[in-house]
Amino acid sequence: MPGKTYVQATINGEHTDFLCEPRQSLLEVLRDVIGLTGTKEGCNDGNCGACTIILDGRIVTPCLVLAVEAEGKEMTTIEGIANGSTLHPIQQSFLENAALQCGICTPGFIVATKALLDENPNPTEYEIRFWLANNLCRCTGYDKIIRAVQDAATTMQEAKA
Amino acid sequence: MHWIDYVNPHSVREATELLAEHGESARILAGGTDLLVLLRGGTMDNVNLVVDGKSIPELNEVTYDPQAGLTLGAAVPCYKIYNNQAVAHAYPGLIDTASLIGGTQIQGRATLGGNLCNAAPSGDSIPAMIALSGVANIAGPSGNRSVPVEDFCTAPRQTVLKRGEMLVSLHFPPPVPNSGARYLRFIPRNEMDIAVAGAGVSVVLDNGTIKSARVSLASVAPTPLFVKEAGEALVGMPATEESVRIASGLARDAARPITDMRGTIEYRKHLCEVLTRRALLTAIERAKEA
Ligand SMILES: Cc1cc2nc3c(=O)[nH]c(=O)nc-3n(C[C@H](O)[C@H](O)[C@H](O)COP(=O)(O)OP(=O)(O)OC[C@H]3O[C@@H](n4cnc5c(N)ncnc54)[C@H](O)[C@@H]3O)c2cc1C
Ligand code: FES
Ligand code: FES
Repeated sequence: MPGKTYVQATINGEHTDFLCEPRQSLLEVLRDVIGLTGTKEGCNDGNCGACTIILDGRIVTPCLVLAVEAEGKEMTTIEGIANGSTLHPIQQSFLENAALQCGICTPGFIVATKALLDENPNPTEYEIRFWLANNLCRCTGYDKIIRAVQDAATTMQEAKA
Repeated sequence: MHWIDYVNPHSVREATELLAEHGESARILAGGTDLLVLLRGGTMDNVNLVVDGKSIPELNEVTYDPQAGLTLGAAVPCYKIYNNQAVAHAYPGLIDTASLIGGTQIQGRATLGGNLCNAAPSGDSIPAMIALSGVANIAGPSGNRSVPVEDFCTAPRQTVLKRGEMLVSLHFPPPVPNSGARYLRFIPRNEMDIAVAGAGVSVVLDNGTIKSARVSLASVAPTPLFVKEAGEALVGMPATEESVRIASGLARDAARPITDMRGTIEYRKHLCEVLTRRALLTAIERAKEA
């Protein structure tokens, strides 16, 4: 049996190392090897965005990344968004706007929104919808998610001012 | 997924040696947005070696020079193309396609090189690259060669790449004055779908007359289709909707689509006419502004 590969990476600011098989996806390793189960699996083929994480500054779907590719890379998962027990304004806004029902899509939406607002703090509705087109939600009908993103953007802008 | 091994070479030479040694059982990994889906889907059970191309310097190159044109490494993801202001300004026709492959997450990984090597009839970037006279730079055990993008795909999922060969980069000539390009596709929703049909076009104008034009189609033949006669018919014609209709009619006639769940033959041929016409009209507008 061929062996496992040793990988070192930074996850949510912490140095992390793990062993994986080259065929394992980064999603599988995050959840089943490292135990970061906040990242969800929906489709496992890049379509639903439930698994969205930030990898070296860009959002990606780790179901379409091999875990061995993470060597030397920096990642942020949903577990890295809140500040200790204080929710991130985006998380707070999703709660207040009731932007979730079953919640399986929520970690992906929140991570994708974080990356959007880092790059574009004041996006238009059109920009939000296009940025989030790779994230599917079967419950909310999206409008509440869009409103939550807009509110979070406003809150974060005000906090900076 | 069945067992695979992973290697991460740092030079073209190392990679081509591995490809030559392992033949059909080795594949280059760029963004993985096709490869990992296929490996998981059971259609690539013969593949047991993944050769990551992303640590090879030549595959990460993005060099634009107004005299020399654009060299785009085969492993450059879409977002690095549209976030590059010089490239975005010089090649809006390329940005059309880089910004519509998948969504934001897919664009964080997917490459135009992977889109080309995957050789799907629906590959959105391929007609756009054909319209821009793109050339594929290939390296292999017996040296380097270059192939025009329109000659690269030979059948669904088949390319001109021979054992041991890989795509290193894509090259695009510099945009000449008064030129414009456009890629348009039709899908039933706004984003995240496979083209029912697509049209990539480019034009060069000379005082309101069309000096040259290129037209290429997606999803209406076994490979992306270069419709040479549609572009040639425009040479010397005034840059008007009337002229454009002649070319879009030729595009419709050249399309050889099949009927499947995405659309019928009739529907797809009609789309070729409409998309080619609209794309040409936008390309002409862009050429006037350029
Ligand atoms: C959710 C989703 C949405 C998508 N939407 C679109 C879309 O709208 N339009 C579209 O056209 N496609 C779409 N795709 C398909 C895919 O994203 C694109 O084809 C993409 O451009 C492939 O690039 P990649 O870098 O991920 O290729 P990879 O998956 O890494 O490679 C694709 C193929 O090319 C080979 N290859 C890659 N690089 C080289 C090289 N340098 N030399 C030799 N062979 C090489 C690989 O071995 C593999 O066979 C989508 C995919 C997903 C999962
Ligand atoms: S699980 Fe990764 S995109 Fe759906
Ligand atoms: S809340 Fe259920 S899928 Fe989005």
